[in-house]
Amino acid sequence: MVDLALHGQSVVTGEIRSRAKILDRLRIGDAVFRQLTRAAAVMVLVILGGVMISLVIGASPALREFGLGFLVEETWNPVTERFGAIAPIYGTIVTSFIAMLIAVPVGLMIAVFLTELCPMWLRRPIGIAIELLAGIPSIIYGIWGLFVFAPFLQQYVQPALIGLFGNVPILSTLFAGPPYGIGVLTAGLILAIMVLPFITSISRDVFDAVPPMLKESAYGLGCTTWEVVRYVVLPYTRVGVIGGVMLGLGRALGETMAVTFVIGNAHRISASILAPGTTISATIANEFTEAVGDLYTSSLIALGLILFVITFIVLACARYMLMRLERRIG
Amino acid sequence: MRLIHTVAAAALVSAAIIAPASAVDISGAGATFPYPIYAKWADAYKKETGIGLNYQSIGSGGGIKQIQNKTVTFGASDAPLKGDDLNKHGLVQFPMVMGGIVPVVNLEGVKPGELVIDGPTLAKIFLADIKSWDDPAIAKLNPNVKLPNQAIAVVHRSDGSGTTFNFVYYLSDVSADFKSKVGVNTSVQWPAGIGAKGNEGVANNVANTKGSVGYVEYAYAKQNKLTFTKMVNKDGKAVAPTSETFQAAAANADWKSQPGFGVILANQPGATSWPMTAATWILMYRVPQDVANSTEALKFFDWAYKTGGRMAEELDYVPMPANVVKDVEGTWAAEIKDANGKPLYSVTN
Repeated sequence: MVDLALHGQSVVTGEIRSRAKILDRLRIGDAVFRQLTRAAAVMVLVILGGVMISLVIGASPALREFGLGFLVEETWNPVTERFGAIAPIYGTIVTSFIAMLIAVPVGLMIAVFLTELCPMWLRRPIGIAIELLAGIPSIIYGIWGLFVFAPFLQQYVQPALIGLFGNVPILSTLFAGPPYGIGVLTAGLILAIMVLPFITSISRDVFDAVPPMLKESAYGLGCTTWEVVRYVVLPYTRVGVIGGVMLGLGRALGETMAVTFVIGNAHRISASILAPGTTISATIANEFTEAVGDLYTSSLIALGLILFVITFIVLACARYMLMRLERRIG
Repeated sequence: MRLIHTVAAAALVSAAIIAPASAVDISGAGATFPYPIYAKWADAYKKETGIGLNYQSIGSGGGIKQIQNKTVTFGASDAPLKGDDLNKHGLVQFPMVMGGIVPVVNLEGVKPGELVIDGPTLAKIFLADIKSWDDPAIAKLNPNVKLPNQAIAVVHRSDGSGTTFNFVYYLSDVSADFKSKVGVNTSVQWPAGIGAKGNEGVANNVANTKGSVGYVEYAYAKQNKLTFTKMVNKDGKAVAPTSETFQAAAANADWKSQPGFGVILANQPGATSWPMTAATWILMYRVPQDVANSTEALKFFDWAYKTGGRMAEELDYVPMPANVVKDVEGTWAAEIKDANGKPLYSVTN
């Protein structure tokens, strides 16, 4: 405005013209930016679709040969080329279940401790330690699991478990057999350690976002810490917490190297969780390099497709659960 | 910890091979079993001639696929291709180096080479028909060894492998039961036991698990100081796994009986033959497209046959016997030719 007053009409029109030009340029910039971001977003869809299509094409010889029986057949025999996926599917689900059974409560407890109870000076060291835990490559967990953790389980923990539950009806089958050290339980425990940091750090971040006023009010009404966590913090943060749990579950389902090292890689379903088993990703990692013959390779790809579908179902269930929660709370 | 040193050394060697990308580099891919010796040869050959070898140990199955797609100059496989497959793809196959597969056990008070096992008993152990160490079948072979009443924990390979192929080939050869229940392949459906990844995985699991039995390449048994067993061979003699007994098996084999020298050295005759000796093969095209690289590859193989024997023995591999080498080199001259029908490389002795 000051400019206008000083320089007169002609300058003003020039000014307007150049301003229009600048605006045009900005508009083009905006459009380019929009297209770029859209392209990036579309790329995700294209990649996802591409993976899906190539998995289906790769798996089709096996699926044509075995049909739906592929999903329930336990045989995995490269010699006679009879393949079935139930043993790896079972192993994948059981190891992830054991992992979540341990990691979810422990992870949430750590997060509650860090946000509600921990003295200030201890918060940073524990927080950093947990983030470092998330940064350890899975092969390290595998080697540590095989060389340190499995012998420890074999010598101390598993004989104790077998002895403890030897006469209890159902638990005796669950903890039966010779203590190999490696097996389904060991894989589940290693996975629990691996997914713990995801659950903890995400829960901690969302717990931190709870408005202090809500918590202070609850404390003011005489609530205990447990009651504050149970009735204020958790309901307020449930979306974030479930997100963290799902992220952890996703990692547990797909984890390959660490599991391959400690699960025992046997294509069998055993009632005992001390017995060796296998998972989908471990089977693929183990056998893909030396898989000769179209049906063998195709069966391995079909396993990959099944893992893809399992992950998809888990995510969909999580979404659905969240939606229902939202609606009920209103 | 020996393992880590070996891995580090292998990494250094491969880095040294890759670093200077000079005029001609031979490329190959395939079996993991011979990788350490191929890497060692490549390093020495590079120093001598300036020609590098880039070998990717992606597994035998991968090696066969790569040579069929013509992305490498040669493929390498632990399981020989059949004559039909060789003809279909126009490939030539020849053995490069050998190794021994040994059963290893973890039994309190039993020293390396003390326990004696024969083929049928070993097959029964891996079928889980024999479940305890004090089984009469084992006791009969070992009157002087105190065998514990302990469950046998079977350890096998979880990944597809040439070691497994040769091991189950032998067990199928000596036991009809094993042949019908398990069969022969690079990976099989094991009726019992735990699977471990790689020779090092089996070695480690056997070392950690009391009462266990597994099978590894000789080098791993030796380096990890595992308790290997003696084996009763086809002639009924108990032999220990050594370079000499592996070589005896190779010398007694009839190499020309199979196309592409595809003889599997399991259960060979001879009083001193080790029954589980295994060769590893090279695959090349009869009429290769990249003539220059293929010629260099043949020169390298010739050099490895002639001067690489000592290096192979240092790494517990077994060099090919001289008569077999002569036959292989005759095959090169007769079968590997350029588009005009001229042999790529004739060995001058």
